[in-house]
Amino acid sequence: MYQTTDILVNETANDPMGQMVINVGPQHPATHGVLHLVITLNGETIQKVEPHLGYIHRSIEKMCESLTYRQFIYVTSRMDYLSSHINNHACALCVEKGLQVEVPERAQVIRVLMDELTRIASHELWWGAMAMDLGAFTPFFHAFRERETINDIMEETCGARLTMNYMVPGGVMHDIHPNFQKRVKDFLQLYKQKIHEYDELVTGNIIFQNRMKGVGYISPEDAISYGCSGPVARGSGVSCDVRKHFPYEIYDKLQFDEVLETAGDSFARYLVRVKEMHQSVRIVEQLIDNIPEGDFQAKTKAVLKLPKGEFYQRVETARGELGVYIVSEGGTTPYRIKFRSPGFSNLSILDHMTRGSKIGDLVAAMGTLDLVIPDIDR
Amino acid sequence: MISFSDIATQIDSWLNAQFDPTIALLIEGVIIGVAAIGLFAGLGLVLVIMERKVSAWMQIRLGPNRVGPKGLLQSLADTVKLLVKEGLTPSGSDKFLFNLAPFIAMIAAMLLLAPIGFARNLYIWDLNIGVLYVAAISSISVISVLMAGWSSNNKYSLLGAMRSGAQIVSYELSAGLSILTIVVLTGSLRVSDIIMAQENGWWIFKGHIPVIIAFIIFLIAATAETNRAPFDLAEAESELTAGFHTEYSGMKFALFFLAEYINVFIVCAMGATLFLGGWMPFHIGGWTGFNTIMDYIPSSIWFFGKTFFLIFVMMWFRWTFPRLRIDQLLNLEWKYLLPIGMVNILLVTLIAIMGWHF
Repeated sequence: MYQTTDILVNETANDPMGQMVINVGPQHPATHGVLHLVITLNGETIQKVEPHLGYIHRSIEKMCESLTYRQFIYVTSRMDYLSSHINNHACALCVEKGLQVEVPERAQVIRVLMDELTRIASHELWWGAMAMDLGAFTPFFHAFRERETINDIMEETCGARLTMNYMVPGGVMHDIHPNFQKRVKDFLQLYKQKIHEYDELVTGNIIFQNRMKGVGYISPEDAISYGCSGPVARGSGVSCDVRKHFPYEIYDKLQFDEVLETAGDSFARYLVRVKEMHQSVRIVEQLIDNIPEGDFQAKTKAVLKLPKGEFYQRVETARGELGVYIVSEGGTTPYRIKFRSPGFSNLSILDHMTRGSKIGDLVAAMGTLDLVIPDIDR
Repeated sequence: MISFSDIATQIDSWLNAQFDPTIALLIEGVIIGVAAIGLFAGLGLVLVIMERKVSAWMQIRLGPNRVGPKGLLQSLADTVKLLVKEGLTPSGSDKFLFNLAPFIAMIAAMLLLAPIGFARNLYIWDLNIGVLYVAAISSISVISVLMAGWSSNNKYSLLGAMRSGAQIVSYELSAGLSILTIVVLTGSLRVSDIIMAQENGWWIFKGHIPVIIAFIIFLIAATAETNRAPFDLAEAESELTAGFHTEYSGMKFALFFLAEYINVFIVCAMGATLFLGGWMPFHIGGWTGFNTIMDYIPSSIWFFGKTFFLIFVMMWFRWTFPRLRIDQLLNLEWKYLLPIGMVNILLVTLIAIMGWHF
């Protein structure tokens, strides 16, 4: 790591153009975590962005290899902490695929409800942080007002507010709290009352639009070749919603639209996420009154053993496509496990999309990638 | 009604009777200096707590509420904390300039208090070029920012200082042009003359639409000149951590902080003086009875009311708008505000020559 930086510094010393190398991070307000960017600048213009990773690497994949199929799911809550339900969900689905367990319908509905609430909460946080990156602080608190309600709902049912650990192989850990349906309906009501504030405060703001439009352009070809997924790719018009293309659980029976924007700039990615919140609300509305009766967990053995083979499951997290790949030798722990995290691929396009723009644009473009660093480093 | 000039004259005659005229003048200078420093510190404390309360109110929070009644002593506690903190000087920095910069920022802000009319007949120094003096001295503050950014030996500081330099130099033009509209209408640069010219109505009501345009331009330019959001590029914390004062800590940081708030007060006081009549009560030309009733409200309350209203508007900006990018910031000034300001001053000159204003 230091070697590359040294080379850059030496280049600068000999460069007649007066380039400047600046280290953004690992402790910097714009990187939302311990991301380290080495930026080569010419005045205010960015010539190169080099992300350095590994500051929060906890070797989760290796840890999972020594944990049983019931245990390793809890570690994955710590990957993308903003969508821990969906991480747990992906792992549970992959293990169920190996075990060939039929998940009761009630559990499926609860899982999808939790996923979509998580997606709303994650996008809320992103929305606030995005505005904060651009220098507006107030939206952050408005976003947190709604997000707190979701966290309270989660806390009541799962007992946790961030690392949920609620989904287990075969269903969910325990049944929903008796207040769950009422609280979710209250949230939906609150959300509908307040959502117009979002557009008034941020989306329609002329300064905000000027900062976002035409910034950090990603062409559809680039989005595909860099492996972007989720709202980043959908902002460039690449249809890639796993919930539509490879439906899992009950997503194929639900009415919702895949949000696509074709502009490919930061504002398009912003719109995709805001509209995705509406779609998630739509899904929650469809399900909240129709939670079927029945078991919340399928009957599974106390010790899970996956048959020899390879299993892969992908889900759509708030940030994009999360893949879980398990290689089993037939034992109680996975032989090898690999996560395909959306953040890593989305980060890789950062250099490509910000070259030649200003430092202010770097913040506007990086914000719309919605990076969660523990998800990238794992 | 108590007149401040009576008090000043009495003190002056008493001192001259007791002492040699030179010593009397010196003592008066000391009294004014102490009063200015007291006002400076008091305003800093009030404005900081006001900003925190206003932002909390806009952000659905409570704000500081532990120290003193309703948290009103919070900024006092913060000042004590900053006083006892270590004032670090980075080893790679230019030590002399690094330590000088905050003082220049503060001195420039303090000098600006001189021509402000705080109440009827209460001026520290009502000099005949008061408006020009404010425009000239306020440019000094950019030197302190550049000095701080350069001497810190920090790339973030340097970038912030360069941004700030470009920004303040540009927006000074628009601020100057919008101030000129009032000078053209009044025909004087003296602050007291400008206020007296608004005896039968404030300029914002008397001067038709061009003065309202000038007022809006002045508000935008004043926000930019004081480096506040949405023009806070010099200290854009999501881009440059803290901009030009990244390396400052303790009281040296506090001086920058204080100078920023005093500058906010000064530009708002100037805005209130030029466009909203300063300490002049709300008068309507010809309505003598109404005007007399309005005169019963003390002039200092009028002045501080108007100034704090404008400060509130600037805080409102800060907690609502996102930040501009550097090229957008300069575009706004050179492509929009400056041409509009130039056409506007032509219109105002026409109005002044033809006597079309009320």
